[in-house]
Amino acid sequence: MQINGGSVIAMVGKNCVAIASDLRLGNQALTVATNFEKVFPVTDRIYLGMAGLATDVLTLRERFRFRVNMYTIKEEREIEPETFAHLVSSTLYERRFGPYFIEPIIAGITSPAKGSKPFIAGADLIGCLNFAKDFVVVGTASDELFGIAEGLWEPDLEPEDLFETISQTFLNAVDRDAFSGWGAIVHIITPEKVITRKLQARMD
Amino acid sequence: MSDLMAHPYHQYHPQQPQQRQFNPYTENGGTILAIAGADFSVIAGDTRQSEGYSIQTRYAPKVFKLTDKAVLAVNGFAADGNMFVKKVKQRLEWYRHAHSKDMPLRAIARMIQTMLYAQRFFPYYVYNILGGIEEDGTGAVYSFDPVGSYEREACRAAGAASALVQPFLDNQIYFKNQTPALGSAHPTHLPLRHVVELVIDSFTGATERHIEVGDSLEMYIVLARGRSLQGLEGLKDVRELSTPGSNGERLFVLRKPLKRD
Amino acid sequence: MATPNVYRGTGFDFSNHNRNEFLSNKGFPVPKAQSTGTTIVGCLFKGGVVLGADTRATAGPIVADKNCEKIHYLTESIRCCGAGTAADTEFTTALISSNLELHALSTGRKPHVVTAMTMLKQMLFRYQGHVGAALVLGGIDATGPHLFTIHPHGSTDKLPYVTMGSGSLAAMGVFESGWKADMERQDAVDIVCKAIEAGIFNDLGSGSNVDVCVITPEGTDMMRNYRKPNERVQKERNYKFRPGTTAWKKETIRKLVVEETVTYISGNAGTTAAEGGDAMDTS
Repeated sequence: MQINGGSVIAMVGKNCVAIASDLRLGNQALTVATNFEKVFPVTDRIYLGMAGLATDVLTLRERFRFRVNMYTIKEEREIEPETFAHLVSSTLYERRFGPYFIEPIIAGITSPAKGSKPFIAGADLIGCLNFAKDFVVVGTASDELFGIAEGLWEPDLEPEDLFETISQTFLNAVDRDAFSGWGAIVHIITPEKVITRKLQARMD
Repeated sequence: MSDLMAHPYHQYHPQQPQQRQFNPYTENGGTILAIAGADFSVIAGDTRQSEGYSIQTRYAPKVFKLTDKAVLAVNGFAADGNMFVKKVKQRLEWYRHAHSKDMPLRAIARMIQTMLYAQRFFPYYVYNILGGIEEDGTGAVYSFDPVGSYEREACRAAGAASALVQPFLDNQIYFKNQTPALGSAHPTHLPLRHVVELVIDSFTGATERHIEVGDSLEMYIVLARGRSLQGLEGLKDVRELSTPGSNGERLFVLRKPLKRD
Repeated sequence: MATPNVYRGTGFDFSNHNRNEFLSNKGFPVPKAQSTGTTIVGCLFKGGVVLGADTRATAGPIVADKNCEKIHYLTESIRCCGAGTAADTEFTTALISSNLELHALSTGRKPHVVTAMTMLKQMLFRYQGHVGAALVLGGIDATGPHLFTIHPHGSTDKLPYVTMGSGSLAAMGVFESGWKADMERQDAVDIVCKAIEAGIFNDLGSGSNVDVCVITPEGTDMMRNYRKPNERVQKERNYKFRPGTTAWKKETIRKLVVEETVTYISGNAGTTAAEGGDAMDTS
């Protein structure tokens, strides 16, 4: 996990969710890229974040893209966030004895037919799901993220308030971690729209 | 078979050099933290002492009164911490006998550095945070590493949950990553009540997410000479440790239960 | 029915193993999986069985999940508590649950608890302890109530009261001092709850809430968060930020609601005809 560095967080708000990642890609202590996003859209309403070994982040992004496409074709409907979380989980557990070195986070909103409810989940590298009601964090700054999120998060935040809370949580956490940082990107997902913002952050 | 029996075991397994090791250190969990205000200083720690998955005691103080204006928090290996505090107190008593006054805070800080560095190759396995009032009446916090490197700061967290607490303090004390509203600036010092509330929330947060933090919170509050009690009113479970009515620095302790799981 | 994949076999995939071995030999630490440092217990009583579990999941000294579910469903009348590597307890019980359902369908009978126990132990033994699941299995079948423990290497015990996980000693202390044969239902629930609480408060690996599950011939009663002795107190301050606190450089918005503006070419449509100019002469 410490080879390439990086961190991801997701939070629940009132009828919305937010997910954020840093932009650093490192080779141990050496920063080699500062535009490496770790959060990817899966469907219009579902975003997947992965922290860990960069090669596995990219491999799994493509594998999940393939598997979600197959699901959409076979089922003739978009995948639900919870179903996708289980897909991620079993994909990781398949490699129980030779794992992908990533920890995923899923953030999304259920389909309008299921009430457009906010959903977040995290998992460890072998796919043990964690359905939290508040926030989930992964990556090299996970300790810092846990601590500050526990302090700053509160229930029922509106989208713009959630943006401030997740951004402040994330920036201050990665500033205390040498392997994460160099900018951040935040997605706020509501039933109507997805707002994506690049944050101004420390570059050291 | 009989051939094997004829030879003693060690002929087939010649004596190998063996190494034994004694590890003199353990980690006893817990977390400490200190914040300096303009004319006060707050030094806090939880009181759980643990080893592995076991709780050794739910009440082992990590924060100690040194003088009326200096408080020392020690965290890491509890045995080393207790012995270190004992020796610091002894040196302060000698100072009092020699000079008929308490050692100033900045002098205590420098003394702690020399005492820690004296053990450079068999260190006290502890992180120290010294809080109190300087001779000029300002609140001060000094933080140390186990071998004596130190620095004066406005706030510092150390111990098991330091990684969880420090970013929160960066954000709420130094206003890191916050842009002030147009035409205004962030305050350089926070009022006492505000600081006390941040310390409590830091510890309840750390208790939620770190298994070695909990049981109870012990917070020392040092007020500069002549400062009013503003910020302490309405706080429950506060006890004064300095002589009431004395016109020197005043020292208070606040105890609060934390979760015990 | 799902078609078998012709390119990939079923079961575990070891293809990353060599790479990961190389990485760990180069000194990169292998990331740690989430574990349930756990207290789980089970107890027989007059005519039934009670299972109990705490709800804390840890990753090292950090609490990863404050309210996870450790009492897993096997069948309607058989449940299983899991301790150890969290993913292993989750997937092992899910797999056996699935196989028990198929077994029930093919035999036309409700599965026995020993059947579940045998399937679990054979799976764990096959993996020689590498599937790190420590289980407490309890349930009711045609032969009455049963309670087992299953260790990660596949050994099993059958006892009237059992505990497992890092809080097992604290919990067993409660059973050893208070357990009686043929207890009433509520007495059994009380002692199980007390045992779990002993783990929650005295073992750092266990914490948060108490889950209890009572299985009797009449049915299964899953009491999620039966006790919540560790709720967080109200925070001292509010930490809502002023809008505009965080500086951002770029914004993109992706609209999920498709907006359509219909512009009528002819003025005849709807009620706007009067404003839309002259109506077309269609006579």
